[in-house]
Amino acid sequence: MSAVTTSRSPLGTRAGASRSGAIREPLVSRTSAMLVMAVFTVYFLLPLWWLLVASSKSTGDILTTNPLWFADMRLFSNIGDLFAYRDGIFLRWLGNSLLYAGLGGAVATLLAAMAGYALAKYRFPGRELVFDVVLGGVLVPATALALPLFLIFSQVQLTNTFWAVFLPSLVSPFGVYLARIFAASSVPDELLEASRLDGAGEIRTFFTVSLRLMSPALVTMFLFQFVAIWNNFFLPLIMLRSEELFPVVFGLYGWNNQLNQIPELRGLVLIGALLSVIPLIVIFLLLQRFWRNGLGTGALK
Amino acid sequence: MKHRILAATSGVALSALLLAGCAGGGTDSGSGSGAAADCAPADGPVTLEFTSWIPGIEKVVDMWNTENPDIQVKVQTGPNGNNGTYQNFFNQIAAGNAPDLGQIEYDALPNFLVQDGVENIAGCSDVVAAKDQFVGWAWNQVALGEDGAVYGIPQDIGPMALFYRKDLFAANGIAIPTTWDEYTEAAKKIRALGGYITNFSQSDINQFAGFVWQAGGQWFGNDADGWTVSLTDSASEKVADYWQSLIDQDLVSTYPAWTDEWNNAYNSSQVWTWNSAVWGANSISSGAPDTAGGWAVADLPQWNAGDKVSGNWGGSSIAVLKGSEHPYEATKFALWLNTSEEALTALNEEANIYPATTEGLKLPSLTQGVEFYGGQKIYDVFAKAATEVTPDFVWGPTMTKTYADVSDGFKAAVSGSGTLADALQKGQDATIGALESQSIPVKK
Repeated sequence: MSAVTTSRSPLGTRAGASRSGAIREPLVSRTSAMLVMAVFTVYFLLPLWWLLVASSKSTGDILTTNPLWFADMRLFSNIGDLFAYRDGIFLRWLGNSLLYAGLGGAVATLLAAMAGYALAKYRFPGRELVFDVVLGGVLVPATALALPLFLIFSQVQLTNTFWAVFLPSLVSPFGVYLARIFAASSVPDELLEASRLDGAGEIRTFFTVSLRLMSPALVTMFLFQFVAIWNNFFLPLIMLRSEELFPVVFGLYGWNNQLNQIPELRGLVLIGALLSVIPLIVIFLLLQRFWRNGLGTGALK
Repeated sequence: MKHRILAATSGVALSALLLAGCAGGGTDSGSGSGAAADCAPADGPVTLEFTSWIPGIEKVVDMWNTENPDIQVKVQTGPNGNNGTYQNFFNQIAAGNAPDLGQIEYDALPNFLVQDGVENIAGCSDVVAAKDQFVGWAWNQVALGEDGAVYGIPQDIGPMALFYRKDLFAANGIAIPTTWDEYTEAAKKIRALGGYITNFSQSDINQFAGFVWQAGGQWFGNDADGWTVSLTDSASEKVADYWQSLIDQDLVSTYPAWTDEWNNAYNSSQVWTWNSAVWGANSISSGAPDTAGGWAVADLPQWNAGDKVSGNWGGSSIAVLKGSEHPYEATKFALWLNTSEEALTALNEEANIYPATTEGLKLPSLTQGVEFYGGQKIYDVFAKAATEVTPDFVWGPTMTKTYADVSDGFKAAVSGSGTLADALQKGQDATIGALESQSIPVKK
């Protein structure tokens, strides 16, 4: 997008600008760009395609028929089997994941937005230090924190509970960083002055004025956090022992582990994996409009 | 999905490395970890926690719970031991909230022993009395460390036999090999027909250990003075040289085991036999569905004609984890789970568990013909093999690392650099290093 708008001068006239004002890139570079993009698209979509095809097969056909084309179409009976297996534990896992990722992502976004906003808009001693510490948090992989978290949660007897996975998911240092950058650039100080003059308290100002201005960034933060929680594997592995608390990724991992002894699980793992990526795809498609805006605005200003 | 699982697994491996330091700290390392637990019954009703990755085990536990209102067992689950549950056990033991009972494979039990993670349950009178119900060598797998100590109740065993394509052998007039020499001869004939007699797995070091076990090798020893490591004893070298020569002559395929490629090699009749444990019966029927009816099972080939010796691959025990307040009730449940006919029958039906008791080997479900194997009563072969396993094979306390080191060497050997014997030598050195770095005494 930006490439088109910024390169609109001498080159444009040489190549012959189209009537609409956009530039036509030389044919060679356009084709090669398309080619590269096509290759990457295939590269990224092929595993998904394989998954879709494999999910529609019976367990026997998965290994014996062409992996990239449909055999017997059994997608829906497979889904039925999946939902019926062990009294529908898969649905429970899916629900758990939605709860961990949806609610966790929403609360994490709100907390990060508040923190980032405060860091951007209030001057107080130690502000930069706090921000640096938060930035440092971006560098620490979540995996490295899992064991210390486990020991802490053991102290307060919260392991193997909903909270063991939910509470750590509420922290998003990257979200704080993003929120600060975005708040600094998109929430004008004058506007805050005005609302203060009109008698609004700080909290009211934040929720009614600032939060709305920051909404593109919020969507970005929510998406990042949602995906991170959805795919978080190590924390549930360490924290959870009761099957009814598992998120879907971890539950499927357990099934995949049992393939040697229960071969019919192979089909269920595949169809389960397919269903477990659908929420991610849906939420991306729904929110990508905001997301692109958010990223772009943050980067340009 | 594949990708995600792989990533997840490597994540676990990575973090296991990161965490190894923490989990290992603060416990006494050494052989033997103290006296038998005090085994007194509790005053009131007890609730036990039991972590296992056996699918469907909760149904078996429900049977216990309805009959024993005062000893209720709560099943918790997780991935297979080495894929996360063992590390979780160590974390939980360190944090003081480990379950009362845990599933632990035989080859991992010594690790728990030296890390002081399991209770010695020899103080429970029922446990000692139950010894004779179990297959002798299986009991030896849990009677570790000092004399008379018992660190778990055997649950299942994996006696080995030869799965072979009866139809292909018959159609091509090749005799079923009964010795390893005949196995080589058969391999040459099969190779001439374009197939492979078997696949040599670079990663299933415990299968290789099963071969060594059969050959009378002894990788580890443990007594009051410490551990001995002998991955390169004469039996191990004999086995390594044997397979090396098959690899050198291109008589065996070398697909990575448990992959689609490997399944496909069996399913397309390219590979004709598999020396595997009793649980392998299901792996074949799932991995090679098109070959149904063509398979049969025979005794493992022998080193000397006329011998009757088998090896073991896999098997696990139910151990009482350190810190359990109710070892009496825990062992009571573990004994019921692994000796009573109702539990063993249910375990076999639910999860294909092959029992470790002598009575269990005669379960009705284990004396019937199996359709996939042309109606052969394959479990008769395994029941016989179970009594022919060399009795005193001992696992070491760092098997995960030993497996990884040897497997690295095997992969190199398969691709032409170095030999299997070199890999064992490297594994030997690395294992001694690993033991010493954990201050576990090693006898040289």
